[in-house]
Amino acid sequence: MGMTVVEKILARAAGLQSVSAGDVVEPKVDLAMSHENAALVINQFVEVFQGTGLEPVIWDPARIAIIFDHRIPAESPKTATNQKKIREFVAANGITKFHDIRGDVGGICHQILPEYGYVRPGYVVVGTDSHTTTHGALGAFSFGIGATEMASVWSLGYAVNIEVPATIKVVVNGEFPPFVGPKDLILKLIGMLTAQGANYKVLEFHGETIRKMSTSGRIAICNMSVEAGATSGIVPGDEETVRYLRDESGVEEAIPCVVPDPDAAYVRTIEINVSNLEPQIACPHTVDNVKPVQEVAGRKVQQIVIGSCTNGRLDDLAAAADILRGKKVAEGTRMLVFPASGKIFAQALDKGYLHDFMKAGAVVMNSGCGPCLGVHEGALGDDETALSTTNRNFKGRMGNPKSQVFLCSPSVAAASAITGVITDPRNS
Amino acid sequence: MPKVIIKLENDISTDDIYPGRYMATVLPSETPQFAFADRTDFNSRLRAKEFGVGSIIVGGENFGCGSSREQACSTLKGYDVAVVAKSIARIFLQNSINLGLQVVLCPEIEATEGDELQITEDRVLNTTTGKAFNQVKLPAARKGIMDAGGLIPYTRKLLLARVQG
Ligand code: SF4
Repeated sequence: MGMTVVEKILARAAGLQSVSAGDVVEPKVDLAMSHENAALVINQFVEVFQGTGLEPVIWDPARIAIIFDHRIPAESPKTATNQKKIREFVAANGITKFHDIRGDVGGICHQILPEYGYVRPGYVVVGTDSHTTTHGALGAFSFGIGATEMASVWSLGYAVNIEVPATIKVVVNGEFPPFVGPKDLILKLIGMLTAQGANYKVLEFHGETIRKMSTSGRIAICNMSVEAGATSGIVPGDEETVRYLRDESGVEEAIPCVVPDPDAAYVRTIEINVSNLEPQIACPHTVDNVKPVQEVAGRKVQQIVIGSCTNGRLDDLAAAADILRGKKVAEGTRMLVFPASGKIFAQALDKGYLHDFMKAGAVVMNSGCGPCLGVHEGALGDDETALSTTNRNFKGRMGNPKSQVFLCSPSVAAASAITGVITDPRNS
Repeated sequence: MPKVIIKLENDISTDDIYPGRYMATVLPSETPQFAFADRTDFNSRLRAKEFGVGSIIVGGENFGCGSSREQACSTLKGYDVAVVAKSIARIFLQNSINLGLQVVLCPEIEATEGDELQITEDRVLNTTTGKAFNQVKLPAARKGIMDAGGLIPYTRKLLLARVQG
């Protein structure tokens, strides 16, 4: 029996000929990522060594990435002090893949990892963030873990007791209609699967549509795979992966890709044709509460958010700017734009998109997580509604449990900014 | 006999258990104060230490979905409560095992606030209603971590074995 792409990756990382779903393996980790929660990882890491008589030494500092993004610039003395402690730890331990709060090389962790070529096809990547599923977009097996588990990885260099997940094959064909794209596809899929439909499983993406999709679009779909409960999403590495890593991340070494065997065993196959897909929207308070935008069109929106690791890349900003150029954000609606990284910020500046946003009345913010997780900026008032290109709409997610968050594509968000109500971009 | 102190719906996220705005608080000893902070009544009852050790939170499907924040486990561990849920999201389940928070998978569980539950090896008995429900065993692969008392002592053992071996 052949292997799925994740089975192949895990077999290699565990030094085995073959593995299949349900086996328990201890894969070597190629990259281990944390953000500000590295503060907790450090605490747990030091505790592991307590009483052992051993010095707390990281197995391989070159394989650790730490990126500040969740609360930047710091919103409180507590956060600032956590960040300071992490900086000291980074310096003392020779961690090189560190991205501080900077306008040039800073940004959201899930954007920085692909952008700097830290993730390669076939890698095992772990991160103390549930959206670590994102890096499956580059053909890696990439999944979220807790801080204590990360402390264990920092100590040992491998992940203990990993069950090989079963894989759902998702085959996507057809051409996206105008104003419809990867975000609508993944919302549709999550609606079909439900919030736990892919629990403990991997979503492996195939088909013409995926093959033609840019890495940016693949990042959006793998990023949100976790919202169906998936351990990871993955697009097996292909020509586009190699192009992205060479042209955009500047990788010069060979980039071997891992692909599944033709006779791999899948628990389920889902086929989707996007030719007639409509713009989709996830309604409060669960990501699987997905409807065509038409069904909720007309609802008043007080805050529009464009950005995040899901849809804060150059093509996302371009789509929104194309709709907003020369228009105004509606009275009574505020619009916040936060590009996913410093590099994207600069590109959007050069292309004039940020100017378009500002002239329309939007507020352009520094790169980072911003309002996505509701901790330090862009909180909502009681009973207010936000329309956001981010990935979660749980109660309280944008800082206020008495508010409502809808999730959509950059095109839907931009069209709605002009009208002040949820708007289908095809009608604008 | 341990009592059900709250009965929750499906898809309880870690944002609900431990809201994002408290994520700058990381030390396990400091997180309990913010457990279910947006459910103000329940949070104040927890903080008032109204519930005994082993008291039970009953959840529905997909308990602990969303963010990987480990504070969602340490905050509950701080009160020594147990979670009995129909199903549990992957990262939350793993974090619970790693931190030694007692979690029980019980797909058919029926219980309301105030019921008394008896958790045995393989069943959960609702002694208030007299109904018994089967448990789904936690992954056998995690037994080593549970037996060691969590992932920190387990990793410590592996490290020492490596040095001595
Ligand atoms: S942008 Fe939002 S989803 Fe992405 S890493 Fe930041 S907080 Fe998480």
